[in-house]
Amino acid sequence: MYRGSKEIEEKGRVDWFTVAIYLLFVVLGWFNIYAASFDLENAISIFDLSGRAGMQLIWMITSLLLAFSLLKIDTSFYETYAFAFYIAGIALLLVTLLVAPDINGSRSWLVLGPVRLQPAEFMKFIIALTIARIFNVYSFRLMERKNLMLIIAVILLPFLLVVLQSETGTALVYLSFVFVLYREGLPGGILFMGVAAILYFVLAVRFSDIQMGLLSAGELAAVVLIVVSAAVMVWNYMKRIRVSFAIIGMGLIALAAGRMLLFLKVPVNPGLIALIVLGMVSLYLGYLAVRFRKKTYLYILLFVLGSFAFIESSEYVFNNVLQPHQQMRIKVTLGMEKDLRGSGYHVGQSKIAIGSGGMFGKGFLNGTQTKLKYVPEQDTDFIFCTIGEEWGFAGSALILILFGVFILRLISLAERQTTVFGRVYGYGVLSIFLFHLLVNIGMVIGIMPVIGIPLPFFSYGGSSLWGFTILLFIFLRIDKGRKRI
Amino acid sequence: MIVVYVVQLFDLQILSPEYRNFADSNAFFRKALYPARGSIYDRNGELVVYNQPAYDVMMVVREMKQFDTLDFCNTLNIDKATFLHLETEMKDRRKNPGYSSYTPQLFMSQLDVEEYALLQEKLYKFPGIYIQNRTERQYKYPNMGLILGYVAEVDKNKMAADPYYVRGDYVGKSGIELSHEEDLRGEKGVEILLRDAHGRVQGKYCDGEFDRMPVSGRDLTLSIDIRLQAYGEYLMQNKVGSIVMIEPKTGEILCMVAAPSYDPSILTGKNFSQNYLQLEQDPYKPLINRSIAGTYPPGSTFKPSQGLIFLQEGIISSQTYYGCYGGYPPLGGRPGCHPHASPLNLQPALATSCNSFFCYGLNAMLSNRTKYNSTIDAFEVWREHIIDLGFGYKTGVDLPSEKKGYIPTSKFYTNVKKTDRWNAHNIISIAIGQGEILTTPIQLVNFAAIVANRGYYYKPHVVKVRKGAPIDTAYTIRRESGINPEYFDLTIAGMADAVMHGTCRRINMEPHISVCGKTGTSQNPHGEDHSLFIGFAPKNDPQVAIAVVVENGGYGATNAVPIARLMIQKCLMGEIMEQDRQLEKTMADRVILPYSYRRSFPPGRNGLISIENVQRQ
Repeated sequence: MYRGSKEIEEKGRVDWFTVAIYLLFVVLGWFNIYAASFDLENAISIFDLSGRAGMQLIWMITSLLLAFSLLKIDTSFYETYAFAFYIAGIALLLVTLLVAPDINGSRSWLVLGPVRLQPAEFMKFIIALTIARIFNVYSFRLMERKNLMLIIAVILLPFLLVVLQSETGTALVYLSFVFVLYREGLPGGILFMGVAAILYFVLAVRFSDIQMGLLSAGELAAVVLIVVSAAVMVWNYMKRIRVSFAIIGMGLIALAAGRMLLFLKVPVNPGLIALIVLGMVSLYLGYLAVRFRKKTYLYILLFVLGSFAFIESSEYVFNNVLQPHQQMRIKVTLGMEKDLRGSGYHVGQSKIAIGSGGMFGKGFLNGTQTKLKYVPEQDTDFIFCTIGEEWGFAGSALILILFGVFILRLISLAERQTTVFGRVYGYGVLSIFLFHLLVNIGMVIGIMPVIGIPLPFFSYGGSSLWGFTILLFIFLRIDKGRKRI
Repeated sequence: MIVVYVVQLFDLQILSPEYRNFADSNAFFRKALYPARGSIYDRNGELVVYNQPAYDVMMVVREMKQFDTLDFCNTLNIDKATFLHLETEMKDRRKNPGYSSYTPQLFMSQLDVEEYALLQEKLYKFPGIYIQNRTERQYKYPNMGLILGYVAEVDKNKMAADPYYVRGDYVGKSGIELSHEEDLRGEKGVEILLRDAHGRVQGKYCDGEFDRMPVSGRDLTLSIDIRLQAYGEYLMQNKVGSIVMIEPKTGEILCMVAAPSYDPSILTGKNFSQNYLQLEQDPYKPLINRSIAGTYPPGSTFKPSQGLIFLQEGIISSQTYYGCYGGYPPLGGRPGCHPHASPLNLQPALATSCNSFFCYGLNAMLSNRTKYNSTIDAFEVWREHIIDLGFGYKTGVDLPSEKKGYIPTSKFYTNVKKTDRWNAHNIISIAIGQGEILTTPIQLVNFAAIVANRGYYYKPHVVKVRKGAPIDTAYTIRRESGINPEYFDLTIAGMADAVMHGTCRRINMEPHISVCGKTGTSQNPHGEDHSLFIGFAPKNDPQVAIAVVVENGGYGATNAVPIARLMIQKCLMGEIMEQDRQLEKTMADRVILPYSYRRSFPPGRNGLISIENVQRQ
């Protein structure tokens, strides 16, 4: 653990580049909030406190004060009190759950007189700190069961509490810490399984309506994917290329047989053939496991069977576990439904607004779609619409690139940390921003399902701006105090 | 990852124009500003058609809090059930696709002034209720419905043909309202408003920089004299037929009576569809303007034109005599004729309406091989003249749905006779306006005007002045008939003789008015002969030309002549002479409703409703 002397720390400098981008984002965000909440009938000044832009100004000023005070606090403070923060945060979430009034179906706001705070926003940096603190033990090994359990618990506890507050979007943000874990030694296989699970789910749901024999088209595609994955896994972990070829061969023989039967005008059941191939691959893997006494074959067999079970259950889960509005959002994103009045309304209008911007946009305060409230939540979650409509492709692409630069800068900052604490926290910050950006902008331009989370620094809201400011500036403080080599 | 996002942005913003179009129709509400439709005056400046405000009750459902439905119903004089019915109609998105609870929706249309006043007084009690002003056509006289036409909501075809119109616009559907639609309607203005997601208006786009003010419709002054028109309709009540009168010097139509007709005011307001249906189902077809769309064999009224052609072609002279022995001798006394002196020349032939004379004339023309190579050549020359005299084609009057009548071509006869070796005797009945010949009353009166003018005419028209613009030059060009004026003098002398001591003695109004005329009794397949008359007066300085057709009215002298007498009197003297009062009453009371219209209708449905609608003067 690093205990730097006062003198060395004083020499360290704040990364002014990141601060500059931060300030740029916040000011641009402020202008866009003014544009998004601009009312044609009674236009008010950007400084008018009765408007959202005026309020945002207050949040900005307080955020800056907050940022500079955070820079004054010693790094060791965050390390020392990380767990305390965590306990306080969980307690606050519990209290919120109990006392919060119902605001638009969400029970996540603590109302303190004129100020409304969303504790879930602040939980982001607390979890990041806590995970960093847990990692910051000499020869910490993530894959030890005790450690892994602890980490999972640290993430899942606030996740569940926030889900109970009906803020599913924010809760999902906490899951982005998986990226941190990957950076810190989580096997790629687990990440691969996560990706595979999403892929299976999408395939099974998207193509569930085309039936091909025993299986639907989606399930069929997923089975093909399983067989190929199994072959690749054998090759990757066992270095047994012949086994891989044998598995692929089974599939190809089945395919050829199917073609032949079709040629002989015998009715073919593609689903049945796929199931037979899957069964044969499973039997072969089981045989290998017994024959060579290798656990890896067993794991691959488990992956194959587990994948198939997951596919079979995912349609059921989609139809029976998810809420109708969630089903609808997923269907709209997958292009299965065009529901411009209901669930697709948000995205439809947001795409119209962005699309109407053209190359250079309509100019500041000239956006008709956002002014006239066609896009809901346009100064909070859908603020990117205003950018798209008023600044066009040029403006919105520039913002995207700026965010890209911001993310790259965060990666380089995280990588130059000399302490595990700093690095893990850095990656925590990084994953949160990345998740927010990808999901929020993806949702606004219609390539992600609608998940209500804000666009960092741009969306209106005190809690989120404070939350992001704290998240970023604690990292900048840690970076400033790092030991130079 | 960022590449995927930029690509999606590029696709949305640069490659897909539909989003931009969507955005415009989303946000811009182009509110039409409706101009006042032009008013219509008669030739003496009497206001005939004007606009009166009508009131629609509009409802904004979102604003209807603490609404006293009972009081509202009482005010509008409807019961609760009607209220609920109207409300369901309004909210039914299938019937009213533009329904929104945030914007004013039409609840009940066309309140009259009293209902409006009552509601206006209590309006403060009914939040969410608004009154929208519209204008509605108003008619000062129950006359000339067929000339004026009516106005109704624009239909799909019209909208497809002319992008000016949008759903809900009102457009002229017949008569002047249709033919002068572009004058009367004016130019719609537009106000570009910004509309929010709930359809509420949020203000003007660019402070109205792109707005356009509406241009009011153009007022029209008709050449019709409303008093004369009303009088004609009075005389023609319970008859089927037409009276058209023209000022020969200008081609202005003074009156255009088509009977039966209808009161134009019944085709406005709430009862439009019901009344229209009734008119449409009326067996006497009151929606047909018989003055321009009724086609009749002209009978003997055709004879003056024949005389003119024969004179012009040098077939006969004023001293050419033909014999008549109760019929046309070469064809064994057919077509028949009535007793008169024989042989005779053109002037007495016109006066007595001798059939044989004109049959001889036509035969002499078509058989003349020194002048023409063949019968067909001769016939085509004849046809050219008859067309120059205004028959066979539409006169081009400024009213829609005119018919052109029928003047056969030589080809027609060749086809029908299956040989080109036909001769004058095969087609002899056209000489006396029978056979294949069909004319409209407006063609007949136009011909009378040509005679009155001694050889020229102007296209007949009903619109005399377009306020702020000249009338179409088509109506101000003098057109020649191609017949020398001196031949007209002879024809006129014949027509004057007909009035003095010939077939139409009953129209003789000497010494007050010297009329020239020609009767017609046209045989037709629908029963009794049609009674026809054409003429003009005064003889030396013609002020008016007239054509009268009374369907199935028997001899020309029986009905058409007395009606023409009264009409000319009314036109030139302003009122009816004491001695003709009895005649006036007799003619007005006479009922001649041809059976041919009725026969296909079940008993009890004699459809006299609309005829009774023609109000007595």
